Amino acid sequence: MNAISQDVTAMTDSSAATAESRAAKFMKRRNRIRFYEILVWIAAIAAIFVAPTKLLILTEIAILALFAVSLDLVLGFAGIVSLGHAAFFGLGAYIAGLMALHFIAEPVVGLIAAGLVSGVLGFLTSFLILRGSDLTRLMTTLGIALMMAEVANQMAWLTGGADGLGGFTVGPILGTFEFDLFGRNGYIYCLVVLFLVTMIARRLAFSPFGLSLKAIKGNPMRAGMVGVPARRRIVAVYSLAAVFAGMAGALLTQTTSFVSPDVLAFHRSADLLMVLVIGGTGYLYGGIFGAIIFTLLKDWLSVVTPQYWMFWIGLILVAMVLTGRDRLARWIEFLPDRFSRKEAGR
Amino acid sequence: MLTILFDGIAYGMLLFILACGLTITLGLMNFINLAHGAFAMAGGYITVVMMNRYGISFYWCLPAAFLLTAAIGAILERTLYRWLYQASHLDQVLFSVGIVFMSVAAADYFMGGQQQLINLPPELSGRMEILGVGIGRYRLFTIVVCAVLVVLLQLILSRTRFGSRLRAAVDDRRVAMGLGINVSFVFALTFAFGSGLAGLGGAMGAEILGLDPNFPLKFMIYFLIVVSVGGTSTISGPFLAAMLLGIADVAGKYYVPAIGPFVIYALMIVMLIIRPSGLFARGAGR
Repeated sequence: MNAISQDVTAMTDSSAATAESRAAKFMKRRNRIRFYEILVWIAAIAAIFVAPTKLLILTEIAILALFAVSLDLVLGFAGIVSLGHAAFFGLGAYIAGLMALHFIAEPVVGLIAAGLVSGVLGFLTSFLILRGSDLTRLMTTLGIALMMAEVANQMAWLTGGADGLGGFTVGPILGTFEFDLFGRNGYIYCLVVLFLVTMIARRLAFSPFGLSLKAIKGNPMRAGMVGVPARRRIVAVYSLAAVFAGMAGALLTQTTSFVSPDVLAFHRSADLLMVLVIGGTGYLYGGIFGAIIFTLLKDWLSVVTPQYWMFWIGLILVAMVLTGRDRLARWIEFLPDRFSRKEAGR
Repeated sequence: MLTILFDGIAYGMLLFILACGLTITLGLMNFINLAHGAFAMAGGYITVVMMNRYGISFYWCLPAAFLLTAAIGAILERTLYRWLYQASHLDQVLFSVGIVFMSVAAADYFMGGQQQLINLPPELSGRMEILGVGIGRYRLFTIVVCAVLVVLLQLILSRTRFGSRLRAAVDDRRVAMGLGINVSFVFALTFAFGSGLAGLGGAMGAEILGLDPNFPLKFMIYFLIVVSVGGTSTISGPFLAAMLLGIADVAGKYYVPAIGPFVIYALMIVMLIIRPSGLFARGAGR
């Protein structure tokens, strides 16, 4: 009798142990650095030398990519459709501008301050998106973004109102690297921030935390039943995404030395959704690929039809949805096997 | 004071006519259609073109705007929208934002970016005094027309066969289909009707709300507020929400112009937190 029960405990022990090691293996496999990731960063660095005249648009891409990575945490992992992510972007942009204007010209401090303030806003507003359906969330996020835009517009004494906030100079990065005319240091600065944020987001997304977010996205109720504290996780990821979005806004301010009220506009949030949809959601690099494609496309369209590029962007959106964005996002699977195993082992 | 109330009511009535089509799309088909304002803009531009280029009377333009926009709505529903009823909400949002962008650029291309003006018939312009209250004639006209429409809508929904089919499809699509109701036809007709109402609202609102290519973007939030605050299961919910919004907006712009829009958005968010399924939702909602 005793022997049997010992046997049983031994068995459960060993099966628990194998399950644990299986889980560990699974997490490790998910976490492995993939080949295409290295290519992306090499290409980004090589661009400094290959295309020194295109650094301004590359900077734009890097900022948009950072912004998109931040939304991907919310949309691709936690599954929250947000139409107001520009609220954090714009807040970060204004904070960075105000810091440079009134306190300290050094950009890294401004960047951190912008991230923190946006994060606080994200934390406070995250409680509003815990309840309700997709529509309610959509409305709430949109409403917050519109409120921010209205505040920025009305508090002209602080933000410059419709004229935007200007007249400040951003000091050298860390006191040594001056922003130059060709945007070289600006690009490197943005790229470094993008790299760091992507690595942090990556670490987070492929951890058990990221898996639990995907569980919440799949079915919040079931996620709750298997012991995932859905509400707390959503608050955490939403606040973090707000920090990153604020940093993206700060980068825009610092590289252009100007904040226009446009940073809070609705189309910025809508464009961002499009960026993510082009690149594919839920694996972080979608934001980067999407930002590259979207910026180049927009740049090309605004040269071809300066006034009506919006029409073509809209047409592309409609066409994309009708063909099925899942099919589009699967392009990465057509690459040779070695590059493409983005989420092998299910 | 009473004048403001009156203007607010006219504004709210107009908002209701504009938004009630969206109530149907959202409530009935569970489709997040951000492009609803595009139909309203279409109605507005149809009126402008007919009146200013061809000199057709304003009274004929209103039904024409309704019919043409309804036709546009029907065509779009059959060709594009119906593929997306089962799609995820993200897809629907992206799709309708795409439609909005296209309509904004198209309106800019064909009509130019400037504000469009229409010349109202003389008997509708100007103000008059009733019991010491200054009343814009056109606003009175708006209120009368919209009130008639509201009553008509309510009657159609509650008394006619089509109305009962529609309500059956709202309550349970599958059972309604099982009973032999052609749900897809009902949807198409309702969508067209809702678009037509938006077009009519756009035509009538060209004077009060203004009309330029950014119309769908500017008023998208207002329509969404009406629908999400009013709930989607009744006509009276969105109607009351539209009246509240109209009066609050006009009063806010008059008394506290600096923070008027801010108050509206804040109110909406508070409302959504307290009652996520709408202020006048029936039961717990599904």
